[in-house]
Amino acid sequence: MAQETTVAAERSPLAAFEQRAMRRKKSRFWLSLRRNKLAMFGMFILVMVTVAALFAPFLTSHNPEIGVLRDSKTPPFWADGGSSTYPLGTDALGRDILTRVIYGARISLVVGIAAVLIGGSIGVLLGMFAGYYGGKTDDIIMRVADIQLAIPFILLAIAILAVLGQGLDKIILTLGVSGWVTYGRVVRGQMLSWREKEFVEAARSIGARNASIMFKHLLPNIVASIIVIASFAVASTILAEASLSFLGLGVPPTTPTWGGMVAAGRDYIITGQWWIYTFPGLAIMVTVLGINVVGDWLRDFLDPRLRI
Amino acid sequence: MGRYVARRLAQSIIVVIGVSLLVFIILYQTGDPVALMASQEATQEDIERMRENLGFNRPWYVQYLDFASGAVRGDFGTSLRQQQPVFELIMDRVPATMRLALAAFILSIAISIPVGIISATKRNSIWDNLVMGGALLGQSLPVFFLGVVMIWIFAGQLKWFPSFGQGDGSPVSMLKHLALPAFTLATFSLARSARLVRSSMLEVLGHDYVRTARAKGLTERMVLYRHALKNALIPVVTIFGLEFGTLLGGAVITETVFAWPGVGRLVVLAIQQRDFPVVVGAVTILAMLFVLINLAVDLLYGVIDPRVRYS
Repeated sequence: MAQETTVAAERSPLAAFEQRAMRRKKSRFWLSLRRNKLAMFGMFILVMVTVAALFAPFLTSHNPEIGVLRDSKTPPFWADGGSSTYPLGTDALGRDILTRVIYGARISLVVGIAAVLIGGSIGVLLGMFAGYYGGKTDDIIMRVADIQLAIPFILLAIAILAVLGQGLDKIILTLGVSGWVTYGRVVRGQMLSWREKEFVEAARSIGARNASIMFKHLLPNIVASIIVIASFAVASTILAEASLSFLGLGVPPTTPTWGGMVAAGRDYIITGQWWIYTFPGLAIMVTVLGINVVGDWLRDFLDPRLRI
Repeated sequence: MGRYVARRLAQSIIVVIGVSLLVFIILYQTGDPVALMASQEATQEDIERMRENLGFNRPWYVQYLDFASGAVRGDFGTSLRQQQPVFELIMDRVPATMRLALAAFILSIAISIPVGIISATKRNSIWDNLVMGGALLGQSLPVFFLGVVMIWIFAGQLKWFPSFGQGDGSPVSMLKHLALPAFTLATFSLARSARLVRSSMLEVLGHDYVRTARAKGLTERMVLYRHALKNALIPVVTIFGLEFGTLLGGAVITETVFAWPGVGRLVVLAIQQRDFPVVVGAVTILAMLFVLINLAVDLLYGVIDPRVRYS
């Protein structure tokens, strides 16, 4: 019992110091966020979109997939013929636009986050291998990256989707796999410089294995860059998913997606039902804008020299 | 230099082969298109015979070698739907896509460079904030939504420009038809480039030699355009090279929105109809274009930055 107290007493100054350092780091993080009005605005958007995605059924009483046909093409409430039942109007099938925009946040967020996790994992692993081992491994991985970069992203995605068929899981897989190259290239570049550092040699001299050098010693140094790339990748993935949905290649058409809603609204450009495509389009824009703004701030805070 | 070009060309050939092989393998996984092509009454025997006639009964690598040996001679096979050589079909569409991508490219350069420079020199002014805000918005706009809004405002409401097609061939009508799709396609890359030009310019303006140039009494104009701009444009040129590839890809969606008769629309349609030869041919040709443009950009590097050594 007595011994335990002494151990605790001995360790506590250092532990307390570390704890304080940690707290300072955290408060610096929040301070930097609070000082950046644009980033705060971005965060606010992201919180709103996440709330919409998580609590969609509680935020609206309409059914997102089945409409009331006789109420079709109702304009927003402030326009002539609008009603407060449908604040942002209805589409050609009488479905509430606001409801579908709220539910649409689900697909966008799920696809954005899941695809980035997949693409990020593949890209970071391949980039680490390429940069750490160099030589043939590097040549092969980078050549594959070149090949993939030479195919327009959207065509590659369309071709893969043609094979896999429609569905949420397939779109996530497609966008994930086709998005690894950016991480791969940046991580490889950083590995090339970090692997020459003395601490790597020190680790090797005491007999650390390659895997442990890569994941325990090198990975922590590049995490900041990875986070920054990933934050921008979420934005571009959401744009890509919307584009695929717009082309009718995404999830089945009854499921509300922002891209699909804009596509459905195309038929009503000339007849003047602007609300059918404008609100989902704005939803994409505002969400992507929010992520980009937060990404800019993250880059300035974590890794100002990174150029993407 | 000669050896460098030769090595890069060899690499480019590997990339193009890789692209065609990758697309070939992906499409092969969907099964052959015969089942979709055959009429309802076709018996199993008919289908087998068709498969044999078209060569789809052979293993995929034999089919690929067959395709590749034709492709190096400029023969990309025959479209399954239109009974026309694929090469012809694609070459018919290439001018439209190139016109669109080039117009967008020129718009993007012509606007982003001056706008970025002015933003950098008037850092944190109202102009700078407006431009950077606009650039952020431009980077967040989905191409297809921008296209739809453009059609609504400029073709539907104001009736300034037509909303689809290529026009009757006269230069005025061509430019009018090009205006909306080109601007739509350009917006994203324009926004990204403007931010890059600005940040690159800001970095260069902080260097010692810029201070020296000012100290020896050069006019601000001389400092900016003779000393700073050249160095600021080096990273910009790389991005512009890649940007052209992005534009070719983005053209797929722009072409769909504006019913623009280019390669992108051809491929999207061909994928939906399982017209394999057209898909493989078009993607391979697009990849060739992309790789050649990148090579040209790398060589251009030496012209603006004599420090670059090709090895």
